[in-house]
Amino acid sequence: MSAMIRVDNLCKGFTLHNQGGVSYQVLDQVSFTVGRGECVVLDGPSGSGKSTLLRSLYANYKPESGRIWVRHKNSEVDLVSALPRDVIDVRKHTIGYVSQFLRVIPRVSTLEVVMEPARRLGISREESLARAQDLLRRLNIPERLWSLAPSTFSGGEQQRVNIARGFVVDYPVLLLDEPTASLDAGNREVVVDLIRSARDSGSAIVGIFHDADVRNRVADRAIALGARKMHSIAEEIQS
Amino acid sequence: MMHAEQTPMEAATPLLQVQGIRKLYAPGKGVDGVDFDLYPGEILGIVGESGSGKTTLLGCLSGSLIPDQGRVFYRNRDDRKLDLYNISESDRRVLLRTEWGVVHQHARDGLRMSVSAGANIGERLMAVGGRHYGQLREAGENWLREVEIDPVRINDTPRTFSGGMQQRLQIARNLVTGPRLIFMDEPTGGLDVSVQARLLDLLRNLVMDLGLAVVLVTHDLAVARLLSHRLMVMKQGKVVEHGLTDQVLDDPRHPYTQLLVSSVLGN
Repeated sequence: MSAMIRVDNLCKGFTLHNQGGVSYQVLDQVSFTVGRGECVVLDGPSGSGKSTLLRSLYANYKPESGRIWVRHKNSEVDLVSALPRDVIDVRKHTIGYVSQFLRVIPRVSTLEVVMEPARRLGISREESLARAQDLLRRLNIPERLWSLAPSTFSGGEQQRVNIARGFVVDYPVLLLDEPTASLDAGNREVVVDLIRSARDSGSAIVGIFHDADVRNRVADRAIALGARKMHSIAEEIQS
Repeated sequence: MMHAEQTPMEAATPLLQVQGIRKLYAPGKGVDGVDFDLYPGEILGIVGESGSGKTTLLGCLSGSLIPDQGRVFYRNRDDRKLDLYNISESDRRVLLRTEWGVVHQHARDGLRMSVSAGANIGERLMAVGGRHYGQLREAGENWLREVEIDPVRINDTPRTFSGGMQQRLQIARNLVTGPRLIFMDEPTGGLDVSVQARLLDLLRNLVMDLGLAVVLVTHDLAVARLLSHRLMVMKQGKVVEHGLTDQVLDDPRHPYTQLLVSSVLGN
């Protein structure tokens, strides 16, 4: 498999047992691939399954059927059937995920939040610190905030910390869920640069971007969700 | 860009293998058939409400409750696979003093309240042959520092410590012999929220730094989310759902798990 990600007939629905057993199908036979150095954007109206798909690519959601093959350490792992410890290994080395909201842990400083993925990978404290500081600077998080836990930060600041954490390691696969949603124009630029650099160094990127301008500047093609059957539209998006 | 070593995922051997554990006090009360494997460095959370059987399960795993049925295998430091209930009681006790640790919900169950903090820490070292007073004292001081207790308290008894400090001392007492597997029962139960945060932070770092395998019983989903890699949800003695922690909590499929998750404020 030369693709970094290969999604094969993915089906994902939800059954709300405590709300009358209501059940709905969100992803129905979704298939696509993403190669190295490609940035693919998930398109579709609200509720069409974009976040569901992105979370499934991180094994945060578990599909009922189908496969998600990811290229991991020169071999392939199917995230749908992988053991928890194997998913953890894939998340450690191969897939980075920038969620919509930062999950704040009490007492952990901004610097430590950002450094952690690098430290877990065995990167030295000095190197991890340097990368974290560089990213925080680029994302305009003032130095006086670095030793504070992000719990009191504004939404936009928290999101920038979240983004820094997602880029501190050069992940071969990057999943981005609305990374520029709470950001002003200046910081959106920084994020666009980060995404393009990652893409140019070979990362396979799957993202949800509501901002059309950002989307046009980072995406190579779009995958549209929302109909019963998945459509894959290869759009050449002019950058 | 690909910076990490390209080693394939090795088939590691499990540290703990649990097969068919059953210990029932009454129908639905106790443990009614539990199986799982635990690998080195893995943190397994066991969650459920009171009466789910999680504490009984922990007792069966850590050698304090003999199950009616089932087996627990542990691979020790010499790579020998021990059948926990087929070795002698004294061999089990050695295991608990050296390669295993147990952190109780109430620190008084895991500490000797009337001897000094230093003695509490040094006791396990002495039990495995430590004799040199100076070294024992130094180990005591180092471990107090590790768990953020001022070493000046080394001669004080735990009775004079706050609840949070007692818990931290309990942790130090367990970690001093470099165990590979720790059993924890509601480690933050009964502590004030700010104290809990500090303890969780400590546990999180220690477990990561030392590469410990942990079986953690808790009713608190936030604690489970913060500390554990994998989660088992128990109800009436059975495991109703299990998997990657964030997956079980963010995409719960069993009706009971969905109920638990939706009942927690701000999850």
